[in-house]
Amino acid sequence: MSDVVTAVPLKRTPLYRLHLDLGGRMVPFAGYEMPVQYPSGILKEHLHVRAATGLFDVSHMGQFEIRSRTGGGEDAARALESIVPMDIVGLAPGRQRYALLTNEDGGVRDDLMIARLGEVFLVVANAACKDADESYLRQTVSPSCTIERLDDRALLALQGPAAEAALARLVPDVRSMRFMDVRAMEVMDVACTVSRSGYTGEDGFEISLPASHAEAVACALLANGDVAMIGLGARDSLRLEAGLCLYGSDLDATTTPVEAGLEWSIQKVRRAGGSRAGNFPGAEKILHQLANGAPRRRVGLRPEGRAPIRHGAQLFAEQGAADAIGVVTSGGFGPSVNAPIAMGYVTSPGTLAGGRIYADLRGTRVPLRLSELPFISTTYKR
Amino acid sequence: MLKFTQDHEWLLVEGDTATIGITQHAQEQLGDLVFVELPKPGRSVDAGGAAAVVESVKAASDVYAPIAGEIVAINQGVVDDPSLVNADPMGKGWLFKMKIADRSQVEALMDEQAYRTLIDSADPA
Repeated sequence: MSDVVTAVPLKRTPLYRLHLDLGGRMVPFAGYEMPVQYPSGILKEHLHVRAATGLFDVSHMGQFEIRSRTGGGEDAARALESIVPMDIVGLAPGRQRYALLTNEDGGVRDDLMIARLGEVFLVVANAACKDADESYLRQTVSPSCTIERLDDRALLALQGPAAEAALARLVPDVRSMRFMDVRAMEVMDVACTVSRSGYTGEDGFEISLPASHAEAVACALLANGDVAMIGLGARDSLRLEAGLCLYGSDLDATTTPVEAGLEWSIQKVRRAGGSRAGNFPGAEKILHQLANGAPRRRVGLRPEGRAPIRHGAQLFAEQGAADAIGVVTSGGFGPSVNAPIAMGYVTSPGTLAGGRIYADLRGTRVPLRLSELPFISTTYKR
Repeated sequence: MLKFTQDHEWLLVEGDTATIGITQHAQEQLGDLVFVELPKPGRSVDAGGAAAVVESVKAASDVYAPIAGEIVAINQGVVDDPSLVNADPMGKGWLFKMKIADRSQVEALMDEQAYRTLIDSADPA
């Protein structure tokens, strides 16, 4: 419970004042002062999102606009395909896709959302990676593309079963959007970009809007009785229940997309035999792993007891085994599961008899079961 | 006699036994508890040694033995329902009882007024 000392002054999002007004407990996160929770606390905030709807300030995340220098979307799509193993040429206007910036070793520099609006590509990146991503984008795609970093834009996420109704009060057209659609829309007379996506396993939306209007739109959404402001603490437990990776914990420069179980995000056209196969950083290793499997895999884990097993806990095949077979990369308590849950990497998970392994918990070996991901039923509106 | 530690624990001293728990300030800082691990009765602990673990959704925190002695009882109620610690940290949410080995260790701890000054100075709000 010691105070965190930081050398560099922390940045604030356009909703900083609103967070304080709502009693947010502010903590340093990726260079920003962000609310980890509000007075009701992480447990209730988490359950509120699943039962009603939550509003999240994710304005710390990086937002970029990428355009072909020649006009048209083709050059930008092809340039992006040189740095991600996803089908970007085939991404239709009005659609968004999960993407991975890979490195030469097949590891992951960052995980992104890439949306196509007409001929413009919008990229949303992790806060902690956005500076490195910007310089990397400038090194790699700038010969054929312009890159604009949108530091004057806020990003709000509205997540939960009442999200559609709450946003439709301001923009009725959102009812016709389905999962991963993206549209330019006027929200309270302000030009916004709305996508039907999120990071909780719930149906919902992300709204990119001018920083100057963020508080007004947030307050209009919060005026709806179903909508409550939710902090980063519940955001983390929600995404863990949904089996979604947190960059820096479950994904990093040493984990490949196949090891992370993200091969679904690599479309056929970029795989061996596809018409635009390979030609992205780390293609040799990633295509090899797609064909032959990876030496370790990300798995879901359910501790058999009530004790949460957290990030960094070593995993063992047997209670008395000397050598670890893996490590927990995210772990905690799942309020909706009402039990501890975790994700981690293990070698050859298919060979583990009975799907039971052990974790080191404060010097004791405790049993866990390999589990399907996600831990909850997602409610994306496909 | 009620005493407090720098680590936001309280001790209620009755005869040669001390009942130990975490303070209201500590439970507010930790948030909703989802798991409590208590020491085995009969175990002897040193002052400052890790005795129990309380876990919120977000993090695990050690509870240290404020004094040396033997664990003589634990509160199974908080193991079964960790939210008792949040609801009533200085009552039904007590954690464990110790047999006091060295009375002078108890005397050296803060009284309620000194503890109040400590949290007021640490928390400008």
